[in-house]
Amino acid sequence: MDHPSPTNESLETLQDIRRMMERSSRFISLSGLSGVSAGICALIGAYIAHGWIIGYYGGITVRGGDPGSVGRHGYMHDEAEGLKWKLIGLAIAVLAAALLSSTFFTWRRARKSNLPIWDVTSKKLFINMLIPLIAGGFFVLGMLYHADWDYVAPTCLVFYGLALVNASKYTLTDIRYLGFLEIILGCVSMYYLHWGLYFWTIGFGVLHIIYGLIMWWKYERGAGV
Amino acid sequence: MKNPIGNLNKVFDSRIRVGVMSILMINQEISFNDLKQLLELTDGNLASHLINLEENGFIKVHKGFIGRKTNTTYSITKAGEKAFKDHLEALEGIIKGMNKG
Repeated sequence: MDHPSPTNESLETLQDIRRMMERSSRFISLSGLSGVSAGICALIGAYIAHGWIIGYYGGITVRGGDPGSVGRHGYMHDEAEGLKWKLIGLAIAVLAAALLSSTFFTWRRARKSNLPIWDVTSKKLFINMLIPLIAGGFFVLGMLYHADWDYVAPTCLVFYGLALVNASKYTLTDIRYLGFLEIILGCVSMYYLHWGLYFWTIGFGVLHIIYGLIMWWKYERGAGV
Repeated sequence: MKNPIGNLNKVFDSRIRVGVMSILMINQEISFNDLKQLLELTDGNLASHLINLEENGFIKVHKGFIGRKTNTTYSITKAGEKAFKDHLEALEGIIKGMNKG
């Protein structure tokens, strides 16, 4: 059985073909730890935002005893503007931290398995992920422009879910299910608008961490990463 | 009994040519550089195999430009697709035949 037989050679060739097909069409270096790190960034961000929002509404309740004052009304408006810009700044910081940390873990995994991080497959993944994300980004900016905050969390979740489903054709298929969960969560949260931040935290924080751990367990545990 | 490897296509004896064909089966069009990166080959080595495949009519070459840099892309032909599928079937036949025996 140790001699190269036509069967062994055929099997090897077929395995080669399969590997090449997979390698040329899917970006397989995506690391589970990227999901975990993005989720942790989201949790920290949500915790900070929660504190600010509680502080803001707490402030209103305290001043609630004097509703007729014009000056106070103007003051509250300024404060709302301030909170708005603070939250936007926080959102950008969280996004940047999540992107940087997740890119780092994926880069590390690609390097360990001697695969390029920027090749034909990661380009495809990137572009296909970006299409729904950019559309969603403009959608959210439009809401902020119209001073309509209520639907920001559901919109983020739904567009992000669609981006994942779209991108799943070009990387590990498992992110398709994460995408479905994000979409469902986003749709449900449309009906519980006051819980927006909690839904956002579950979708971007908790789900990312759970998904990341499962992926790590499934693909990387044995590889010593 | 029939020769078990009689149906294999000689052109696909080379692992590199098999690699090129596998990639082109699922990617509509791919550039020389992407092929080189995926197969981990040098320019000269890959080029000679691509010429061979082209001469057999299995792949098509498109020469284009990105700015001033040449950008050569490759795609599979109908004949190439058929030849490669037949080759895969022959490989499968060999494996199945051995399992029976």
